[in-house]
Amino acid sequence: MLKGLILKEFRHIMRDPRTLLILFGMPLLQLLLFGFALSTEIKDAPIAVLDQSKDAQSYALQSKLFSSGYFKLEQKLINAKQIEKSFETGKVKMALVIPPQFGYQLNHGKHVQVQLIVDASDINTGITLRNYAENIIRDYQNQENPTERPFMQIVPKIRMIFNPGLASVYSFVPGVSALVLILISSMLTSVTIAREKELGTMEVISISPLKKHHIVIGKVIPYLGLSLLNAIIIIIVGVWVFDMPMKGNIFILLLECLLYVLVALALGVLISIRANTQQEAMFTSLLSMMLPTLLLSGFLFPVESMPWVLQQISKIIPATYFIEVIKSIMIKGGGFELVWKPTLVLAFMAFVLISISIKSLKTRID
Amino acid sequence: MDNQENIAVKTNKLTRKFGDFIATDELTLEVKKGEIFGFLGANGAGKTTAMRMLCGLLKPSSGEATVAGFDVYKQAEKIKKNIGYMSQKFSLYEDLKVKENIELYGGIYGLSRKEIKEKTKHIIDDLNMKSVENKLVAEIPLGWKQKLAFSVAQIHDPKIIFLDEPTGGVDPLTRRQFWNGIYASADRGLTIFVTTHYMDEAEYCNRVSIMVDGKVKALGTPRALKDEYKVGSMDDVFTELARGTSTK
Repeated sequence: MLKGLILKEFRHIMRDPRTLLILFGMPLLQLLLFGFALSTEIKDAPIAVLDQSKDAQSYALQSKLFSSGYFKLEQKLINAKQIEKSFETGKVKMALVIPPQFGYQLNHGKHVQVQLIVDASDINTGITLRNYAENIIRDYQNQENPTERPFMQIVPKIRMIFNPGLASVYSFVPGVSALVLILISSMLTSVTIAREKELGTMEVISISPLKKHHIVIGKVIPYLGLSLLNAIIIIIVGVWVFDMPMKGNIFILLLECLLYVLVALALGVLISIRANTQQEAMFTSLLSMMLPTLLLSGFLFPVESMPWVLQQISKIIPATYFIEVIKSIMIKGGGFELVWKPTLVLAFMAFVLISISIKSLKTRID
Repeated sequence: MDNQENIAVKTNKLTRKFGDFIATDELTLEVKKGEIFGFLGANGAGKTTAMRMLCGLLKPSSGEATVAGFDVYKQAEKIKKNIGYMSQKFSLYEDLKVKENIELYGGIYGLSRKEIKEKTKHIIDDLNMKSVENKLVAEIPLGWKQKLAFSVAQIHDPKIIFLDEPTGGVDPLTRRQFWNGIYASADRGLTIFVTTHYMDEAEYCNRVSIMVDGKVKALGTPRALKDEYKVGSMDDVFTELARGTSTK
């Protein structure tokens, strides 16, 4: 019974270019779009420099700044009046002002102030630029003056573990993967069941001796395979296009994807119970999956800083656990010893949701 | 009254309400085994609702019914194995080939691979569809789809088959051909429960019931009904009935 159902589902997919497009085109597009749009990484930010000192030390500081890859010299300024103008034209994002006698004062152990003027109209970029520049300047200072400190000075040195370059791929690849997989998978099952309702074939299936679990499993298995294929594509794009590390075991990662996709497919079945048309199914999945995954999973905003109520909600969002798992496996190279807890939660969710979807599928109207 | 052995469908005051609206109102009838029973009525008269209750798709609000000897409340699973169903939207997958549809339904009804193979060959030969067996159902004419759906609905050799307006949208000649198929199946002992609003088709039935506003207003052989209303065709019987209710 099941074999026939699964075969049928594959034939539907292969003969419907629209499904194929949703299945493989959309995730790729979403990943690339979200990837590039949400990336907060800074590369070659244009800056202006007003060097009033022009000595060996000031040149050394600049070359350190520009060799970091984060900044590039857009404009050399001659006087302070030009600073405002260069910002107004929008050509530069930051200006560095080095005072006169920079090297002289530095060599004599005096306090030197350099000025950083940052375009904060885009607050996130602004803060990131400032942080990068500060770090580089601090670095420079330490390397120039390692011994000549007047007294023991504790310099807090922040090291960002797992993401030393503060690369944003580390957070957006897991986040976008979680988002894309749950969207596509829940959409697929909800739309195909809604389509059978529209065509009237669901009625015939309901009258047949097929049991509810046959119907649900017959829908879930084909899409489980395809969604897993999708997960693989997403991982490959993440690693190749966005330079995401892949330190852990790929099989454990795929197993986790399988669990997560199972949760999403079951959610799709649940959505289809309420949705009677394909459009309704598509929009319901889009809306009900997109916002919670985007906002409450810890993808865009850290869960720790959310109010208590939202923190509790984030605990029932599958993506919360999936993102944790991907990060642990891909970035930290962890195995089951590191991810067994979220894995257990995902497995529990998959089991409960599939059971509920089988129970609540209507083959008879009350 | 016939003994229970010869009854395929039996209902007693079977009622279905949707809120305040009574779609089927105390339906009481019996269909004998091997009978072609025409279930007539205008659109919205409650035919489809009644049929859906008998097929186990819809729970009755009150009343009793047995189909193939099984209770619609408690033995829906057993009913499912013993009935075939063809809906108005005819039940085939348009994006599957003719052959694939037959194989799919064979599988759904739990036939073995060998049985499926035999049935597929039998249906395709029987319907003369060898030339289109590998075509998508979407590509064949409506009349062919309907005949195919009818055959597919019998793939598991049910005792009763429910046809919900099986010949909608095709010309009288194609309808006539479809009815030849119905006669052939009835000759093999299959009970046919068919809804239609084509009155020429009503003449083809052994017995008919006519539903108006959720209630059965007339029940009998086409001959007897025509005599009762002293008219020449089922169409006139229907008109008489409709007039009767409007003057009430």
